[in-house]
Amino acid sequence: MFASLIRVTKSGGLSFWRNKWLSVATIIVMSLAIFGITNLLLVNVLIDSLITNLEDKIDISVYFNLDTSEEQILATRDSLIELSQVKSVEYISTGEALKNFKAKHQDNQVLMQSLQELETNPLEAALNIKAQVASQYESIVNFLEKEEYQKVIDKINYQENRTVIARLSSITTTIRQVGFIGLAILAILAILVTFNTIRLTIYSSRKEIKVMKLVGASNWFIRGPFVIEGAIYGIVAVLATLAVLFPLLWYLSPKITTYLPGTDLLYFFQTNFIALLLLQLLVGIVMGTVSSIIAVRRYLDA
Amino acid sequence: MIVFNKVSKIYLPNCKALDNINLTINSKEFVSIAGRSGAGKSTLIRLLIKEEFPTKGNIFWGKQDIGQIRDKDLPIWRRQIGMIFQDFRLLPNKTAYENIAFAMEVSDWTKQEIERDVPQLLKLVNLIDRADHFPSQLSGGEQQRVAIARALAHRPDILVADEPTGNLDLLHTWEIIRLLIKINELGTTVILSTHDRDIINGLDKRVVTIEKGKIIKDDENGKYILF
Repeated sequence: MFASLIRVTKSGGLSFWRNKWLSVATIIVMSLAIFGITNLLLVNVLIDSLITNLEDKIDISVYFNLDTSEEQILATRDSLIELSQVKSVEYISTGEALKNFKAKHQDNQVLMQSLQELETNPLEAALNIKAQVASQYESIVNFLEKEEYQKVIDKINYQENRTVIARLSSITTTIRQVGFIGLAILAILAILVTFNTIRLTIYSSRKEIKVMKLVGASNWFIRGPFVIEGAIYGIVAVLATLAVLFPLLWYLSPKITTYLPGTDLLYFFQTNFIALLLLQLLVGIVMGTVSSIIAVRRYLDA
Repeated sequence: MIVFNKVSKIYLPNCKALDNINLTINSKEFVSIAGRSGAGKSTLIRLLIKEEFPTKGNIFWGKQDIGQIRDKDLPIWRRQIGMIFQDFRLLPNKTAYENIAFAMEVSDWTKQEIERDVPQLLKLVNLIDRADHFPSQLSGGEQQRVAIARALAHRPDILVADEPTGNLDLLHTWEIIRLLIKINELGTTVILSTHDRDIINGLDKRVVTIEKGKIIKDDENGKYILF
C-alpha cells in the first residue's frame, strides 16, 4: 500500500516534469484563476471599507424637551444601547450643546449677542445614534416612537435625513450584493476554465490510460499520478500567484490608501497572509485534484 | 487451458463478428489465428481479455468463467495475460525500462524484484543498451520488443499477440516471431493472430482459420489456405 503510494507520487511528479509545456500552460490558467479569485476577495475588502467609511458618516440625533431630566435621557440611552441594531450612542448635554454651538459660531456677532441676552440655555440635550448598518435607522426610530419616549422627545432629525440615509443604505446593499455576485460568477468561471484545461491535459493521455488498464493497472493506480499532478498544478499555481500579487500590492497599496484613507491592502494581506495562503492552497489543490478525478473517470470506464 | 464454448458476438444492429465459436487452446500451446482483416480475429482476442463481452456463450480459463470476473478483479485477470499489439501501445512518456517496470509496479512487485527482472527481460529481447530510450527514439521492431518484454513482466501464463508484425518490415517480423517461439518454448501459451501468409506457412504450428466469424479450419501444423 505504502509502496504503491510512493510509486504513484513519483510517477505523478515525473509526468509533471516530462510534460513541462503542458504543465506550464495549465499552471498559467490556474494561476490566473486563483489570481482572479484573490483579487476579487481584495476588491470586496476595499468595498467593505468604503461602505464602512460612508456609513460612519451618517447618524441620527434625538433632541429632548428642555424640561427632561438627565436621568431620563440616560435611561433612554441605556435602553438604546441594548438594541442589537445600535452601534453607538453619544450623549450631548445641554451644556455641551451650548459649548459646541459657541465654538461653531464664535465669529457670528449677532448670534453671540442674542445668546447672551437669553437668561437660560435654549439648546436641547441630544443623543447621537449610530446604527450598525444604514438600513437599521428605520427600526431604531420606530423604537423611539413608543409612548414613554414620545413624552420626553422633542424631535428626531431622522425625517430630514431620511432620504439621504435610505439612498445610501440602498447603494451600500447593492454594492455589497454586486460584489458578492461578481465574486461568485468569476469564481465559477475560473473553476470551469481550470477544469476544462485539466480535462484537455488528461485527454492527451487517454491512450496511455487505456494501455495502463491493459497491463493490469488498478483504477487507483492509474488515477493516482493524475491526481498528484493536479495537486502539483494547484500548489505551483498558488506560489506563482503570490509571486505576482505581493509586489503588485506593495506597489499599489499606498496609492489606494491615498484615495481611501484607512484602507491598507498590503497590511490586510500581510496580517491575513496565512489564512489567504491556506485558502488559496485549498482552492488550488481541490480544483487540481477534483478536476483530475472527474476527467480521468470517463477514460477509466472504457 | 482456454475454452470458447458456443461464443457469438453481435455488434448492433446486425453485424455478426463471431458466430458460434467452439475452440480449445491447451496450455503451453502455440496457436495462430489466421484470417483476413475483419474476419473476427481481434474480436476473439478482445473477448478473451474481457475488453468486450460475448453476446452468447462462455469463455473459460481453467475453471474460471471469464464473463463472471467482476470489474474489481479485472486488473488481476489482465495480469495473467500478456498482450502485444500491432501499434505497440507503449507509454510514450516512459523509457523502455520504465514501461516494463510499470507493468510490474501495478502488480505490487517489490523494488528489488523489479530491479532484478527488468534488465533480464531487456536482455531477453536484446535491448539492454536501449533501456533509457523513449519509444519515440526506438524503431518499430525495437518498440515491439519492448512491448513483448512488458507483456512478459508479470510472468503471464498466456501471451496474446494481435497482429504484432503488422507495422514491421520483413526482417523485424521474423525477429519478433522467433522471439515468440522462444517464449513459447520457455513454457508460455502463445496465441498469435495474423493475416500474414508467410508467417503462418513458416511456423509449422497449429493454425485456426476464421472466416466471417466462423472457424472454417483447425489444423495441427497448418498452412494458410485463404487467398
